[in-house]
Amino acid sequence: MIKPVLLWTDALVFLLVFIVVAFGFYARRYEHLRAPWREVVRGRIAVASLVVLTFYTVTGLLDSLHYRKALPMQDGQVEVQYAGDVVSVLDGLLGGIATQAEKTYSAPFATTLFTRETVVDENGVQQRIFPRLKYGGAHLKDPLRERAADIAGRSLMAFVQALLFMLALFVLLALLLGRHWNSTVLTTAKRLWHGESGVPWRTFMITVSLLVFLVLLIANLAPVWHVFGTDKVGKDVLYETIKSIRTGLVIGTLTTLIMLPFAVLLGMMAGYFRGWVDDVIQYLYTTLNSIPGVLLIAASVLMMQVYMDTHPELFETMAERADLRLLFLCLILGITSWTGLCRLLRGETLKLRELDYVQAANAFGVSRSVIMVRHLLPNLMHIVLISVVIDFSGLVLAEAVLSYVGVGVDPTTLSWGNMINSARLEMAREPMVWWSLLAAFSFMFTLVLAANLFSDAVRDAFDPRMRR
Amino acid sequence: MLAYIIRRLLYAIPILVGVNLITFVLFFVVNSPDDVARMHLGMKHVTPDAVEKWKVEHGYDQPLLYNRDAPGVEQLTDTIFFEKSVKLFAFEFGSSDAGRNIGEDISQRMWPSLAIALPTLLLGLLVHISFAMLLAFFRGSYLDLSGVILSVVLMSISGLFYIIAGQFLFSKVLHLVPISGYEPGWQAWRFVLLPVVIGVISALGSSGRWYRTIFLEEIGRDYVRTARAKGLPELKLLFTHVLKNAMVPILTGIVVVLPLLFMGSLIMESFFGIPGLGSYTIEAIQKQDFAIVRAMVFLGSVLYILGLLLTDLSYTLVDPRIRLS
Amino acid sequence: MHVPNTGFDRLGGFLRGLGWILVSITVTACGDQPWNSPYPPDQADRNILYSSFSARPKHLDPAQSYSANEIVFTGQIYEPPLQYAFLKRPYQLEPLTATQIPEPYYLDSNRQRLPDDAPTDAIAFSVYDIEIRPGIRYQPHPAFAKDDQGAFIYHHLKATDLQDVSSLADFPRTGTRELVAADYVYEIKRLAHPHLHSPIFGLMADYIVGLKDYAVTLSKAAEKLAKSGESSPPVLKLDDFPLEGASVLDRYHYRVLVRGKYPQFRYWLAMPFFAPVPWEADVFYQQPGMKERNITLDWYPVGTGPYMLTVNDPNRQMVLERNPNFRGEAYPDQGEPGDAAAGFLKDAGRQMPFIDKVVYSLEKEAIPTWNKFLQGYYDVSGVSSDSFDQAIQIGSGGDISLTPGMQAKGIHLSTAISSSEYYMGFNMLDPVVGGQSERARLLRHAISIAMDYEEYISIFANGRGIPAQSPLPPGIFGYRAGKAGMNPYVYDWTPRGPKRKSVEEARRLLAKAGYPGGRDVKTGKPLTLYLDATGNGPDVSALQNWIRKQFGKLDIQLQIRSTDYNRFQDKMLKGTEQIFQWGWNADYPDPENFLFLLYSKNAKFKKNGENAANYSNPEYDRLFEQMKNMANGPQRQAIIDRMIDILRRDAPWAFGYHPKQFVLYHDWYFNAKPNLMANNVLKYKRIDPQLREQKRHEWNKPIVWPLGLIALLVVLMVIPAVVGYRRHENRRTLAEQR
Repeated sequence: MIKPVLLWTDALVFLLVFIVVAFGFYARRYEHLRAPWREVVRGRIAVASLVVLTFYTVTGLLDSLHYRKALPMQDGQVEVQYAGDVVSVLDGLLGGIATQAEKTYSAPFATTLFTRETVVDENGVQQRIFPRLKYGGAHLKDPLRERAADIAGRSLMAFVQALLFMLALFVLLALLLGRHWNSTVLTTAKRLWHGESGVPWRTFMITVSLLVFLVLLIANLAPVWHVFGTDKVGKDVLYETIKSIRTGLVIGTLTTLIMLPFAVLLGMMAGYFRGWVDDVIQYLYTTLNSIPGVLLIAASVLMMQVYMDTHPELFETMAERADLRLLFLCLILGITSWTGLCRLLRGETLKLRELDYVQAANAFGVSRSVIMVRHLLPNLMHIVLISVVIDFSGLVLAEAVLSYVGVGVDPTTLSWGNMINSARLEMAREPMVWWSLLAAFSFMFTLVLAANLFSDAVRDAFDPRMRR
Repeated sequence: MLAYIIRRLLYAIPILVGVNLITFVLFFVVNSPDDVARMHLGMKHVTPDAVEKWKVEHGYDQPLLYNRDAPGVEQLTDTIFFEKSVKLFAFEFGSSDAGRNIGEDISQRMWPSLAIALPTLLLGLLVHISFAMLLAFFRGSYLDLSGVILSVVLMSISGLFYIIAGQFLFSKVLHLVPISGYEPGWQAWRFVLLPVVIGVISALGSSGRWYRTIFLEEIGRDYVRTARAKGLPELKLLFTHVLKNAMVPILTGIVVVLPLLFMGSLIMESFFGIPGLGSYTIEAIQKQDFAIVRAMVFLGSVLYILGLLLTDLSYTLVDPRIRLS
Repeated sequence: MHVPNTGFDRLGGFLRGLGWILVSITVTACGDQPWNSPYPPDQADRNILYSSFSARPKHLDPAQSYSANEIVFTGQIYEPPLQYAFLKRPYQLEPLTATQIPEPYYLDSNRQRLPDDAPTDAIAFSVYDIEIRPGIRYQPHPAFAKDDQGAFIYHHLKATDLQDVSSLADFPRTGTRELVAADYVYEIKRLAHPHLHSPIFGLMADYIVGLKDYAVTLSKAAEKLAKSGESSPPVLKLDDFPLEGASVLDRYHYRVLVRGKYPQFRYWLAMPFFAPVPWEADVFYQQPGMKERNITLDWYPVGTGPYMLTVNDPNRQMVLERNPNFRGEAYPDQGEPGDAAAGFLKDAGRQMPFIDKVVYSLEKEAIPTWNKFLQGYYDVSGVSSDSFDQAIQIGSGGDISLTPGMQAKGIHLSTAISSSEYYMGFNMLDPVVGGQSERARLLRHAISIAMDYEEYISIFANGRGIPAQSPLPPGIFGYRAGKAGMNPYVYDWTPRGPKRKSVEEARRLLAKAGYPGGRDVKTGKPLTLYLDATGNGPDVSALQNWIRKQFGKLDIQLQIRSTDYNRFQDKMLKGTEQIFQWGWNADYPDPENFLFLLYSKNAKFKKNGENAANYSNPEYDRLFEQMKNMANGPQRQAIIDRMIDILRRDAPWAFGYHPKQFVLYHDWYFNAKPNLMANNVLKYKRIDPQLREQKRHEWNKPIVWPLGLIALLVVLMVIPAVVGYRRHENRRTLAEQR
């Protein structure tokens, strides 16, 4: 039995998903909204990065479904009691990886610890050896000889599975598209194979298969190997990196979600009403803008900590505590970053309000709020969209820097920033511990690269002026 | 022109008051003056008496924002906020909670900061513009394409990696520059070299790509086409007409970058042990030295506003068509 | 391995050449020192020691400075009457500026002299008469500068006189003066100065007769001066106010009157708090305009010691230079057995100090500091846990030695167990883990067993420490080694030494405490405990994960409430914490300085003492009061043993570990014997600058070919494009011609 736990960020993440889906259905109905999106998905790079982003998003969403496990009943116990640990569906899927902790560092695919230890053998003689790992490669008798074969075998297995998956995907696509294109399955397959389609389905297929191959690789290898090694206290680095995805996504998306209403409302009001409203709003954002961002964030994060310390009863678990800190960080980042968008929207609104149809609506006595919502807002959406997509990658990167300064997410939250921060010390070890940095780097790099490429495509599609 | 500048400067005052109020509120919600006192009196054997004494001496014994017991106007003036803010406007930063004079410290520490920030900005401009020009010049070729891909890749790498990797490679492995430290005078270049290079490279992706877009936009304009049709060599065209006109958005961009430069050097300075204002600020945050943080926030805001004003003025220099109103 | 000369080599040579061209411009400016040298070229070969500091010292005023990073400086500059012998162990005091170690005599409440063996209860006062050596002179300092008429030059400065002054070096004239007993009395009076907040004032007010009232007198006098209306209030003349507890007897003698019997007082006499301060310094530094220029006694100390602070830029570096007026002191000729073999007696009888100048550079990060040490730019280094494997290996018998790589570089290692302890404390006021109930005691024992400090030491300290069996570290009187010193509640004795009890045993205790399987036996509710932690940094999350893992072994949910240091202090004062981690570093080598940490009158809660666990046990208190004033001997040992037994049974702390200090130093650094009590050790050190210069060159040969490679790659990227452009332009020209 489980007890679902809805953390604040979970709720907001799902609210965001709901908004996106709702917007999708809304946009389907209007050609002028659909057209740019169609443009986006025609690019090969855009489709590939969209697939990558989707994979990250799904991982993040699975990691946002939290629950607590029930503890077995004891004699004389009346109420069901739940474990204090909050886990997510993703933890459930990852299974053993989360709990297979070694004592300390071990390299990727290692069978022994990274450091020597004093061990007393049967004869009572002390020896300094690299002890075998408790989990990594524990199923092998003679790791030196069997390791390569075992890894190769498991990888091959994953490859075969991925091939089968790709075949299935190919057939499925051919069937579906065949109906759509009104052609036979065979010709559809041929067109797909040669990449002759408006939407680059071939790219889609290859990217998906590649990612599925990686997932299968992990599924095959991770239960018995530490694919990315282990960290200082022996936790699996791959697990930490995967868990960090959610943190990165939450910071990248919720920050914008939180700041958006303010930026849009204030920007539009300033541009539309002008006069003293404009003055006040301009004053507000110039003032906020003048404060060096890091200082504002640092002060606010410290402030929030005080609140948490004086109200410990509000947080039943460490997860809730860490979660609130994460949410607050988003809020603070939002406060420091909404000004740019606000200024853009103000400028655009100033232009729009002079347009004929707005003036006409004014003349007909349409109420101001209606004009703002009906006439101005839709024409500002592309600016909002572009800035949201562009901000995303910057925010993911900012998290790492803030963690370095010491005002980032909670130290117990798994995040790329925290990983990089501890990697600073690991890099100085000799021999060097490079795998945490590499893992964090590659996962973060992939996400940010995909986001950057995707945002390029979105900008090109929505803002034709920028296109070349 | 003069009237405009004066008006802008006057406009800055309410902004600075606002900045002060925000930081003040933030910091005193976080730390009561008692905390500050305890922090500065050390860890062992601190008595409540000593805390009280310290507060009296550092002017933290009054109410924060509103003094109920004082008569008339002094209800607002006999407060920590008023006392500490008024002096800031006269650029009298007073002494830090640890007892050192802040103005003196700032005037010493701004030179190392400038030694990093200025070369980074200037060299950065030079390199980024050249890079963007190169891409714009060879637009459409494989060089352009690989340049754009390189930019996106560079942009996707966290700034911390550049520093960690640069320090590791050039200082530790190749023995080319000192790992960290600083020396005033002309010897400083050996310490400044690596941070500047890292600063320039880490910004190459975003700036280079952005400048390229600006150049391409300019190249697409009619007057360029006309000039080209007249037989003006491409190189000359690019360097005279396009560059000159593209300078306007680039200059605006630099002002946006200025405060970011401030933040960037926070990390750079603490990594490379450079005794500048960035590391000063970080230290103050970590030690919760309220007086320094307030001084730095104030200074940062003043510089930012000054930056805005300067951009406006430089517009007129680059492009006489723009009038200040 | 011999490699035939191939084309690859030639390519390497080409790249190197290219790299050299790129950097040849810069070489001219570099001089002939290694490129990555962080020091100016003219400092090569000089008798300068290089060291670092990580946080700028807050106070260098001897009445105020207390932190370890401040005493590094003040210890070399100020000379209290006593010091710790450099080579002798166990630590013992010897005279520094005093002629001998003062032996107190006792008075009863009527001020009548008592025999030396009088019972403690009868003793109302102890009298310390201290005689200092004649002929000791202060460092050159403008405060002493006099003109031909014998008047002080810099004691009546106006604001205009200071216009061109930004540091102490800007005063052209300096002077000196002989050290007199009055300077010591002056400093004791300064402990009560209302503007100084000496951290030991509270403690000393209990002991030095009249000090508490003296502070009140001074406050009143200061207020009066402040009200006198002058814009810059005149200096408070301490000599005008007599203090009963500290008085000048004659030019070289002074007397300190201490309340009751307090044998630990002589240890205080070896700390900078009791160093001399000349009244001229106070007059000089308190002139208007000095403070605005950061010229204060807090930043520019005036002492009689072997070194003086000449550059104080806490933002970048601090420089100690040899004090030309130093009287000279001979290097000790006696030490522990084995010191002669280790070479620590080679300099015996030679005049100290040996090193001319010490440059301390600001280093915030551990990694650059470590790398600079390896490159030879620092002479001494600690070992951070992350560079440990590179530097140190532990032999098959558990013996510690340097790795071959380090040995090849000529690096040496010295180790010493420091007189400190890190522990996990339980707040005895807490309803769950605290109190004297059997249930809570069992719970504390279970946690004490589960907290595997052996593993902690191996992961986070790389074996640099020994698990604590009691509050007393080795080297302090009362510590017992072996089986007799084992904590029987947490350990079992085996022939190989103490062995931590098993987790099963801990779980059994936990079940007995009413939490079988980590759940309340009645409600089935999982047991959740709270640890209050502070600090941030790269290692914190690993540390917190590890602690949670330990509690996880007992199926106890541990929630960590991490907060900033202020908030943490606040919580400790309010007594609302549950479990916490803390450490203690001894002020002096006496068991009293550790056992008082659990004395109920020192409780943190309400009393703001150092007993952070708020532990209170009447029997322990009684024994403590008895033990406190005793001389070391079997009787004292017996009482300490009983106190420790009580602590082990009550377990207000999970005794953590005593850290071991590992210091690495280069081949050119001598007399490195660690002395963790003495703080004026710099004068004993010696270096060989020529050897250092040679090694630096050897270790820091620049590698330039990668620069060439990068340049080549850029050129290779651009060439085809240029060619393409040429072709394009040609075609265009051709088209136009056609």
